[in-house]
Amino acid sequence: MPGVPTAWFLLLGAILFTIGAVGVLVRRNVLIVLMCVELMLNAVNLTFVALSRELSSLTGQIFVFFVIVVAAVEVAVGLAILVELNRLRQTADVDEVSELKG
Amino acid sequence: MIPESLQSLLFWVVATVAVLSAGGVVLNRNAIYSALSLLVNFTMLAVLYLLLNAQFIAMVQVIVYAGAVVVLFVFVEMLLGATGRIQVTGWLTPRLIVAAVAGFLLLSTVGSVVYESAIGGMRGNVTPEVLARAGVVQVLGITLYTDYLLAVQLAGVLMLVGLVGALQLGQQWQRGRPSSLPGSPARSPSAAAESTGRGNTPMRENGG
Repeated sequence: MPGVPTAWFLLLGAILFTIGAVGVLVRRNVLIVLMCVELMLNAVNLTFVALSRELSSLTGQIFVFFVIVVAAVEVAVGLAILVELNRLRQTADVDEVSELKG
Repeated sequence: MIPESLQSLLFWVVATVAVLSAGGVVLNRNAIYSALSLLVNFTMLAVLYLLLNAQFIAMVQVIVYAGAVVVLFVFVEMLLGATGRIQVTGWLTPRLIVAAVAGFLLLSTVGSVVYESAIGGMRGNVTPEVLARAGVVQVLGITLYTDYLLAVQLAGVLMLVGLVGALQLGQQWQRGRPSSLPGSPARSPSAAAESTGRGNTPMRENGG
Protein backbone atom coordinates (compact mmCIF):
# COMPACT_ATOMS: atom_id res chain seq x y z
CA MET A 1 0.00 0.00 0.00
CA PRO A 2 1.73 3.20 -1.10
CA GLY A 3 1.38 6.48 0.68
CA VAL A 4 1.19 7.53 4.31
CA PRO A 5 0.52 4.68 6.79
CA THR A 6 -3.09 4.36 7.89
CA ALA A 7 -2.14 4.23 11.58
CA TRP A 8 -0.92 7.84 11.42
CA PHE A 9 -4.31 8.96 10.23
CA LEU A 10 -6.03 6.95 12.95
CA LEU A 11 -3.80 8.50 15.62
CA LEU A 12 -4.44 11.98 14.26
CA GLY A 13 -8.17 11.23 14.37
CA ALA A 14 -7.86 10.12 18.00
CA ILE A 15 -5.98 13.31 18.93
CA LEU A 16 -8.52 15.55 17.21
CA PHE A 17 -11.40 13.67 18.83
CA THR A 18 -9.82 14.09 22.26
CA ILE A 19 -9.32 17.82 21.73
CA GLY A 20 -12.98 18.11 20.76
CA ALA A 21 -14.17 16.09 23.76
CA VAL A 22 -12.08 18.15 26.19
CA GLY A 23 -13.47 21.29 24.59
CA VAL A 24 -17.04 20.11 25.13
CA LEU A 25 -16.22 19.45 28.78
CA VAL A 26 -14.30 22.67 29.43
CA ARG A 27 -16.04 25.44 27.53
CA ARG A 28 -19.29 27.05 28.69
CA ASN A 29 -20.18 28.92 25.52
CA VAL A 30 -22.86 26.98 23.63
CA LEU A 31 -21.46 28.12 20.29
CA ILE A 32 -18.01 26.77 21.07
CA VAL A 33 -19.47 23.55 22.46
CA LEU A 34 -21.20 23.06 19.10
CA MET A 35 -17.91 23.76 17.30
CA CYS A 36 -16.19 21.12 19.42
CA VAL A 37 -18.91 18.63 18.50
CA GLU A 38 -18.10 19.39 14.87
CA LEU A 39 -14.42 18.74 15.61
CA MET A 40 -15.28 15.32 17.01
CA LEU A 41 -17.46 14.45 14.02
CA ASN A 42 -14.62 15.44 11.70
CA ALA A 43 -12.15 13.28 13.59
CA VAL A 44 -14.44 10.28 13.14
CA ASN A 45 -14.81 11.15 9.45
CA LEU A 46 -11.04 11.09 9.07
CA THR A 47 -10.94 7.63 10.66
CA PHE A 48 -13.66 6.42 8.30
CA VAL A 49 -11.85 7.65 5.20
CA ALA A 50 -8.50 6.23 6.36
CA LEU A 51 -10.04 2.79 6.93
CA SER A 52 -11.86 3.06 3.64
CA ARG A 53 -8.51 3.38 1.86
CA GLU A 54 -6.94 0.64 3.97
CA LEU A 55 -9.69 -1.87 3.16
CA SER A 56 -10.16 -0.80 -0.49
CA SER A 57 -13.83 -0.30 0.17
CA LEU A 58 -16.06 2.71 -0.42
CA THR A 59 -18.40 2.02 2.50
CA GLY A 60 -16.39 4.32 4.76
CA GLN A 61 -16.73 7.21 2.33
CA ILE A 62 -20.48 6.62 2.07
CA PHE A 63 -20.67 6.80 5.86
CA VAL A 64 -18.74 10.06 5.85
CA PHE A 65 -21.19 11.44 3.32
CA PHE A 66 -24.14 10.70 5.61
CA VAL A 67 -22.30 11.99 8.66
CA ILE A 68 -21.80 15.29 6.84
CA VAL A 69 -25.54 15.42 6.02
CA VAL A 70 -26.51 14.81 9.64
CA ALA A 71 -23.92 17.31 10.92
CA ALA A 72 -25.21 20.04 8.61
CA VAL A 73 -28.80 19.51 9.81
CA GLU A 74 -27.60 19.41 13.41
CA VAL A 75 -25.80 22.74 13.07
CA ALA A 76 -28.80 24.40 11.43
CA VAL A 77 -31.26 23.27 14.12
CA GLY A 78 -28.79 23.77 16.97
CA LEU A 79 -28.00 27.33 15.98
CA ALA A 80 -31.71 28.12 15.56
CA ILE A 81 -32.24 26.86 19.11
CA LEU A 82 -29.28 28.98 20.24
CA VAL A 83 -30.80 32.12 18.71
CA GLU A 84 -34.11 31.39 20.41
CA LEU A 85 -32.33 30.71 23.72
CA ASN A 86 -30.46 33.98 23.46
CA ARG A 87 -33.72 35.82 22.90
CA LEU A 88 -35.36 34.18 25.91
CA ARG A 89 -32.48 34.35 28.39
CA GLN A 90 -29.90 36.74 26.91
CA THR A 91 -27.20 34.18 27.53
CA ALA A 92 -25.20 31.54 25.74
CA ASP A 93 -23.79 29.91 28.87
CA VAL A 94 -24.58 26.23 29.18
CA ASP A 95 -24.47 26.42 32.98
CA GLU A 96 -27.25 28.99 33.09
CA VAL A 97 -29.73 26.83 31.22
CA SER A 98 -29.21 23.66 33.20
CA GLU A 99 -32.82 23.30 34.28
CA LEU A 100 -35.46 21.71 32.08
CA LYS A 101 -38.19 24.09 33.25
CA GLY A 102 -38.88 26.69 30.57
CA MET B 1 0.68 11.68 -8.02
CA ILE B 2 2.90 13.16 -5.33
CA PRO B 3 6.04 11.14 -4.46
CA GLU B 4 5.91 9.24 -1.22
CA SER B 5 8.47 11.24 0.78
CA LEU B 6 6.66 14.42 -0.12
CA GLN B 7 3.38 12.82 0.95
CA SER B 8 4.79 12.10 4.41
CA LEU B 9 6.10 15.64 4.71
CA LEU B 10 2.73 17.03 3.61
CA PHE B 11 0.96 14.79 6.13
CA TRP B 12 3.10 16.03 9.01
CA VAL B 13 2.71 19.68 8.12
CA VAL B 14 -1.05 19.38 7.62
CA ALA B 15 -1.52 17.25 10.74
CA THR B 16 0.39 19.76 12.86
CA VAL B 17 -1.68 22.66 11.57
CA ALA B 18 -4.88 20.62 12.11
CA VAL B 19 -4.01 19.85 15.74
CA LEU B 20 -2.95 23.44 16.44
CA SER B 21 -6.12 24.85 14.93
CA ALA B 22 -8.23 22.35 16.89
CA GLY B 23 -6.51 23.60 20.02
CA GLY B 24 -7.28 27.13 18.87
CA VAL B 25 -10.99 26.32 18.69
CA VAL B 26 -10.95 25.21 22.32
CA LEU B 27 -8.60 27.83 23.75
CA ASN B 28 -9.65 31.06 22.05
CA ARG B 29 -11.70 33.40 24.21
CA ASN B 30 -13.33 35.08 21.24
CA ALA B 31 -15.87 32.87 19.48
CA ILE B 32 -15.06 34.48 16.12
CA TYR B 33 -11.42 33.39 16.39
CA SER B 34 -12.66 29.94 17.34
CA ALA B 35 -14.77 29.84 14.19
CA LEU B 36 -11.79 30.88 12.06
CA SER B 37 -9.64 28.18 13.69
CA LEU B 38 -12.42 25.74 12.87
CA LEU B 39 -12.25 26.88 9.24
CA VAL B 40 -8.50 26.17 9.13
CA ASN B 41 -9.09 22.76 10.71
CA PHE B 42 -11.76 21.82 8.16
CA THR B 43 -9.53 22.87 5.27
CA MET B 44 -6.63 20.83 6.61
CA LEU B 45 -8.90 17.79 6.88
CA ALA B 46 -9.88 18.30 3.24
CA VAL B 47 -6.18 18.13 2.31
CA LEU B 48 -5.88 14.90 4.30
CA TYR B 49 -8.85 13.45 2.40
CA LEU B 50 -7.05 14.29 -0.84
CA LEU B 51 -4.01 12.42 0.48
CA LEU B 52 -6.30 9.47 1.20
CA ASN B 53 -7.52 9.44 -2.40
CA ALA B 54 -11.03 10.58 -1.46
CA GLN B 55 -11.46 13.56 -3.77
CA PHE B 56 -15.24 13.72 -3.58
CA ILE B 57 -15.29 13.77 0.21
CA ALA B 58 -12.62 16.49 0.16
CA MET B 59 -14.76 18.69 -2.06
CA VAL B 60 -17.87 18.06 0.03
CA GLN B 61 -15.85 18.92 3.13
CA VAL B 62 -14.80 22.27 1.66
CA ILE B 63 -18.27 23.14 0.37
CA VAL B 64 -20.40 21.98 3.28
CA TYR B 65 -18.14 22.45 6.30
CA ALA B 66 -15.76 25.23 5.33
CA GLY B 67 -18.50 26.93 3.32
CA ALA B 68 -21.88 26.54 4.94
CA VAL B 69 -21.25 25.46 8.53
CA VAL B 70 -18.53 27.99 9.37
CA VAL B 71 -20.53 30.79 7.75
CA LEU B 72 -23.50 29.78 9.88
CA PHE B 73 -21.37 29.86 13.04
CA VAL B 74 -19.92 33.29 12.22
CA PHE B 75 -23.36 34.59 11.29
CA VAL B 76 -24.93 33.50 14.56
CA GLU B 77 -22.03 34.88 16.57
CA MET B 78 -22.36 38.23 14.81
CA LEU B 79 -26.15 38.17 15.26
CA LEU B 80 -26.02 37.48 18.97
CA GLY B 81 -22.86 39.32 19.86
CA ALA B 82 -23.47 38.53 23.50
CA THR B 83 -21.73 35.20 23.66
CA GLY B 84 -18.32 36.81 23.99
CA ARG B 85 -19.26 38.20 27.38
CA ILE B 86 -19.02 34.84 29.13
CA GLN B 87 -16.24 35.01 31.67
CA VAL B 88 -13.49 32.49 31.15
CA THR B 89 -12.70 31.12 34.57
CA GLY B 90 -9.10 30.71 35.64
CA TRP B 91 -6.89 27.73 35.12
CA LEU B 92 -6.90 24.65 37.33
CA THR B 93 -10.59 24.70 38.09
CA PRO B 94 -12.09 21.31 39.05
CA ARG B 95 -13.88 21.22 35.71
CA LEU B 96 -10.63 21.60 33.81
CA ILE B 97 -8.86 18.93 35.85
CA VAL B 98 -11.68 16.44 35.30
CA ALA B 99 -11.69 17.22 31.58
CA ALA B 100 -7.92 16.82 31.33
CA VAL B 101 -8.00 13.46 33.11
CA ALA B 102 -10.91 12.26 30.96
CA GLY B 103 -9.15 13.40 27.81
CA PHE B 104 -5.92 11.68 28.78
CA LEU B 105 -7.76 8.43 29.51
CA LEU B 106 -9.65 8.63 26.22
CA LEU B 107 -6.54 9.37 24.19
CA SER B 108 -4.45 6.67 25.84
CA THR B 109 -7.17 4.06 25.37
CA VAL B 110 -7.82 4.85 21.73
CA GLY B 111 -4.12 5.33 21.04
CA SER B 112 -3.15 1.97 22.51
CA VAL B 113 -5.88 0.26 20.50
CA VAL B 114 -4.63 1.90 17.31
CA TYR B 115 -1.02 1.08 18.18
CA GLU B 116 -1.49 -2.54 19.12
CA SER B 117 -4.18 -4.05 17.00
CA ALA B 118 -3.99 -4.85 13.32
CA ILE B 119 -6.70 -3.59 11.04
CA GLY B 120 -9.07 -6.38 10.11
CA GLY B 121 -12.33 -6.46 8.30
CA MET B 122 -13.95 -7.25 5.02
CA ARG B 123 -11.88 -6.01 2.11
CA GLY B 124 -13.64 -4.45 -0.81
CA ASN B 125 -12.69 -4.49 -4.45
CA VAL B 126 -12.23 -0.74 -4.95
CA THR B 127 -8.48 -0.67 -5.39
CA PRO B 128 -6.61 2.45 -6.53
CA GLU B 129 -6.45 0.91 -10.01
CA VAL B 130 -10.25 0.72 -10.22
CA LEU B 131 -10.51 4.29 -9.01
CA ALA B 132 -7.93 5.46 -11.52
CA ARG B 133 -9.88 3.80 -14.33
CA ALA B 134 -13.42 4.87 -13.41
CA GLY B 135 -12.95 7.92 -11.17
CA VAL B 136 -13.95 8.12 -7.55
CA VAL B 137 -17.08 10.19 -8.15
CA GLN B 138 -18.52 7.68 -10.60
CA VAL B 139 -17.84 4.67 -8.39
CA LEU B 140 -19.17 6.48 -5.34
CA GLY B 141 -22.28 7.65 -7.16
CA ILE B 142 -23.11 4.16 -8.42
CA THR B 143 -22.69 2.73 -4.92
CA LEU B 144 -24.72 5.53 -3.35
CA TYR B 145 -27.69 5.22 -5.70
CA THR B 146 -27.87 1.44 -5.79
CA ASP B 147 -26.80 -0.10 -2.50
CA TYR B 148 -27.62 2.89 -0.32
CA LEU B 149 -30.73 4.23 -2.05
CA LEU B 150 -32.93 3.97 1.04
CA ALA B 151 -30.34 5.82 3.13
CA VAL B 152 -30.24 8.61 0.55
CA GLN B 153 -34.02 8.95 0.71
CA LEU B 154 -33.94 8.99 4.51
CA ALA B 155 -31.23 11.65 4.44
CA GLY B 156 -33.52 13.75 2.26
CA VAL B 157 -36.37 13.35 4.73
CA LEU B 158 -34.01 14.28 7.57
CA MET B 159 -32.93 17.45 5.81
CA LEU B 160 -36.57 18.37 5.19
CA VAL B 161 -37.40 17.87 8.86
CA GLY B 162 -34.38 19.94 9.86
CA LEU B 163 -35.39 22.70 7.46
CA VAL B 164 -38.94 22.81 8.82
CA GLY B 165 -37.69 22.78 12.41
CA ALA B 166 -35.18 25.58 11.86
CA LEU B 167 -37.82 27.63 10.03
CA GLN B 168 -40.29 27.17 12.85
CA LEU B 169 -37.76 28.30 15.45
CA GLY B 170 -36.78 31.27 13.32
CA GLN B 171 -40.41 32.30 12.85
CA GLN B 172 -40.93 32.51 16.57
CA TRP B 173 -37.97 34.82 16.68
CA GLN B 174 -39.42 37.05 14.00
CA ARG B 175 -42.90 37.18 15.51
CA GLY B 176 -41.45 38.90 18.55
CA ARG B 177 -43.23 38.07 21.76
CA PRO B 178 -44.58 41.05 23.77
CA SER B 179 -41.99 40.64 26.47
CA SER B 180 -38.94 38.48 26.24
CA LEU B 181 -38.69 38.10 29.99
CA PRO B 182 -37.90 34.62 31.18
CA GLY B 183 -40.91 32.84 32.52
CA SER B 184 -43.45 35.01 30.75
CA PRO B 185 -46.78 33.16 30.39
CA ALA B 186 -47.71 31.47 27.17
CA ARG B 187 -49.47 33.78 24.78
CA SER B 188 -53.06 33.44 23.79
CA PRO B 189 -53.73 33.43 20.03
CA SER B 190 -55.15 36.95 20.15
CA ALA B 191 -52.07 38.28 21.88
CA ALA B 192 -49.95 36.63 19.24
CA ALA B 193 -51.92 38.28 16.47
CA GLU B 194 -51.70 41.60 18.27
CA SER B 195 -47.96 41.41 18.68
CA THR B 196 -47.35 40.36 15.09
CA GLY B 197 -47.59 43.82 13.64
CA ARG B 198 -45.62 45.41 16.42
CA GLY B 199 -42.91 42.81 16.46
CA ASN B 200 -42.28 42.81 12.76
CA THR B 201 -41.32 46.42 12.25
CA PRO B 202 -38.11 46.65 14.25
CA MET B 203 -37.06 43.29 12.90
CA ARG B 204 -37.37 44.56 9.37
CA GLU B 205 -35.39 47.68 10.18
CA ASN B 206 -32.63 45.58 11.63
CA GLY B 207 -32.65 43.02 8.91
CA GLY B 208 -32.86 45.45 5.98
